[in-house]
Amino acid sequence: MARELKLMKGNEAIARAMIASGTDGYFGYPITPQSEVMETLMAEKPWETTGMVVLQAESEVASINMVYGGAATGKKVATSSSSPGISLMQEGLTYLAGAEIPCLVVNVMRGGPGLGTIQPSQSDYFQSVKGGGHGDYQLYTLAPASVQEMYDFVFDAWDIAFKYRNPVLILSDGAIGQCMEKLYTRDNVARWTEEERRANAPWGTWGKPATRPHNIITSLELDSARQEVFNLKLQKKYDEMKEKEVRYEALNCEDADYIIVAYGSSSRIAMKAMQMAREKGIKVGLFRLITLFPFPTKQLADIAKKVKGILCVEMSAGQMIEDVKLATQCGVKTEHFGRFGGIIPTPGEVLEALENKIIK
Amino acid sequence: MTEEIIIAGFGGQGVLSMGKILAYSGVMQDKEVSWMPSYGPEMRGGTANVSVIISDERISSPIINQFDTAIILNQQSLDKFEASVKPGGLLIYDPNGITHEPTRKDINIYKIAATAKAQELGISKVFNMVVLGGFLKLKPIVDKQYIHEGLEHSLPQRHWNLIPQNEEAIEIGKGLIECVQKL
Amino acid sequence: MNKDNEARRQELLKEGYEEVYTRTKVLTDAVMHYCPGCGHGTTHRIIAEVIDEMGIQDQVVGVSPVGCSVLAYNYFDVDFQEAAHGRAPALATAIKRLNPDTFVFTYQGDGDLAAIGTAETIHAANRGENITMIFVNNGIYGMTGGQMAPTTLVGMKSATTPYGRRVELNGYPLRMTELLSTLPGTYYVTRQSVQNPAAVRKAKAAIRKAFENQKLKKGLSFVEILSNCNSGWKMTPVAANKWMEDNMMPNYPIGDIKVDGKIAEGIDANRLVLDHPLTVMQ
Repeated sequence: MARELKLMKGNEAIARAMIASGTDGYFGYPITPQSEVMETLMAEKPWETTGMVVLQAESEVASINMVYGGAATGKKVATSSSSPGISLMQEGLTYLAGAEIPCLVVNVMRGGPGLGTIQPSQSDYFQSVKGGGHGDYQLYTLAPASVQEMYDFVFDAWDIAFKYRNPVLILSDGAIGQCMEKLYTRDNVARWTEEERRANAPWGTWGKPATRPHNIITSLELDSARQEVFNLKLQKKYDEMKEKEVRYEALNCEDADYIIVAYGSSSRIAMKAMQMAREKGIKVGLFRLITLFPFPTKQLADIAKKVKGILCVEMSAGQMIEDVKLATQCGVKTEHFGRFGGIIPTPGEVLEALENKIIK
Repeated sequence: MTEEIIIAGFGGQGVLSMGKILAYSGVMQDKEVSWMPSYGPEMRGGTANVSVIISDERISSPIINQFDTAIILNQQSLDKFEASVKPGGLLIYDPNGITHEPTRKDINIYKIAATAKAQELGISKVFNMVVLGGFLKLKPIVDKQYIHEGLEHSLPQRHWNLIPQNEEAIEIGKGLIECVQKL
Repeated sequence: MNKDNEARRQELLKEGYEEVYTRTKVLTDAVMHYCPGCGHGTTHRIIAEVIDEMGIQDQVVGVSPVGCSVLAYNYFDVDFQEAAHGRAPALATAIKRLNPDTFVFTYQGDGDLAAIGTAETIHAANRGENITMIFVNNGIYGMTGGQMAPTTLVGMKSATTPYGRRVELNGYPLRMTELLSTLPGTYYVTRQSVQNPAAVRKAKAAIRKAFENQKLKKGLSFVEILSNCNSGWKMTPVAANKWMEDNMMPNYPIGDIKVDGKIAEGIDANRLVLDHPLTVMQ
């Protein structure tokens, strides 16, 4: 498929990007508000075109472990879910990180805790970047703010996942998942040939040829000294990501007296609030996080030095704000504004919060 | 130009697809668009609504709470969204099933008896296009040729034979809309 | 085989010794950590022999569980993945679907396969995944120190049933093999054991069949291997094998239950679904 202009939901964009980016397999379980991902894949029947395998698993626990099994053979394997399902996957995610298996997981967040609501939320920030499972590990975490980014980030995810042998999380929410916007699709990237798979994933378990020792994919190491060395290696990998793979967008920050920090759909609402503030003559900028891990610590700190206050806007009780305060070493007045439980704040509310909590 | 629209009614009235056809037509005319539905239990027969934004500039928030136009197809939606129309904005409603008329004095109000007309003509399936025609009569934000392309992209190819019927319904709607209150 | 061992072997052959038994090349040189007398070592060996004899060493991907056989990947000289507790059938599902030309097998114990991983086991079987599942049942959690497993017999003592398993508290021993045989997705379902040479030969033939079946693409092959857990049962290996024959086998009868997609001859359907004879131990 060549580059085309379409109107499509974020969830559908994820599915189509998986096909277009040469993904080998998808394993999932239905949950609102992301079921369109698997529905689109099943309707598109990519097994007849690209050869991509799509399977509805018996649970999210099975899905993530199917991702483990398939991805450990050196193939591009993905899953998607929403918050409660992602909670079920946490065990699998720490195993994937511990076994250094590249893969893609998409979380289209909804409100919690517990079964919560099916409406959009951003309350899985801690779970995503502070280690939802056990052990010292990180997921490279991308936060799309548009349908186009939902699509594009799938392609980016595969590059990062295989470059670092690390799971990648696309952290979206019900608003972007359900929203339809303009989308430019890309030319299809062919699935890897057998030779490419072997070259790109020499560690994969696809059947040991006589020419190499057997490959083992495991996260088990009973020798504590060696496990410490392995952990240090992981930390070095995460440090390299922090150095090289940070992504963010700074809008109107050059002359800003105040900035709003936000990601995903909150950043869209914040953008509108910023425009409304500028119309009133208040110099507001927007610092949008694109990677949540690695967090753009240095970049935010540099901008924060020049402003009088920061409003963090997220659909949670205040999670991302902790990393904002760490980045700025609490050097500037920083407040949180958020709605949660599935309520989306309005641009007017954000502006009001900015005026009342920061500017006053 | 930025037009922020809410379309609201019962599930099954074609609320979401009306929004989609409008949005897709905007895409074809090289506008920026967003289509943000309510989703959840509403999808299964309750009330449904969708906000559509069509603009010449990059759209910031697809989630909005004040609208230039509200297209209202049942009483619950009228109760819920009448207050969300910006002062000076537009409210269009189908009088079918409406027991309490809108009361705002600071907005333009039009009604379109699309349900009754569609039943009369035996074209209930394209009832939503009659309503869309009424809206386009008042706010011709997308050109006719792009509506055609929007229909092509919104409908599966096997239903393209229904496009002329959809276009006729839009024309019927243009003739059907009547003014209740003009500022 | 490492160089020293191979050199010594050649020396002995030169001296005129006849080679009557040798280690299969599909096992590595790693020294197994299993308790002497445990069935895992023998079961590993016959799986390795089957892989060797079929000439598929370069096409096999194994999946090890959490439990005593967690380190199985160190012993088989084939590509291997280590699964989270109970999830081996999910891994195997994806490995096989994404790599249809491989031979995929899972190796799991009773806690892994029949307790924490029951859902994955049943659904992999019900989908008719074209894989081989090896299920080693010793009626106990060996690795964690002898706690009750879903397969622990009624009346049997364990670390968490110090007065014996009670039905009213712990329910019944779960017979996964009988249960799976009732699913249309399974093609071959059998229960074997490895406590003597005759049993080992039969178990090996069953494993061979289970691997051969992957070529037919007709569904899942499931081989239960009854094993003693002499350390967990706190017996000598010889006594443990005798105990297994006297107590485990009446509850877990040896033999094919389903062959070529059909319930095996002589298997009473009641045994699979209704009649659940239980030996209550005193």
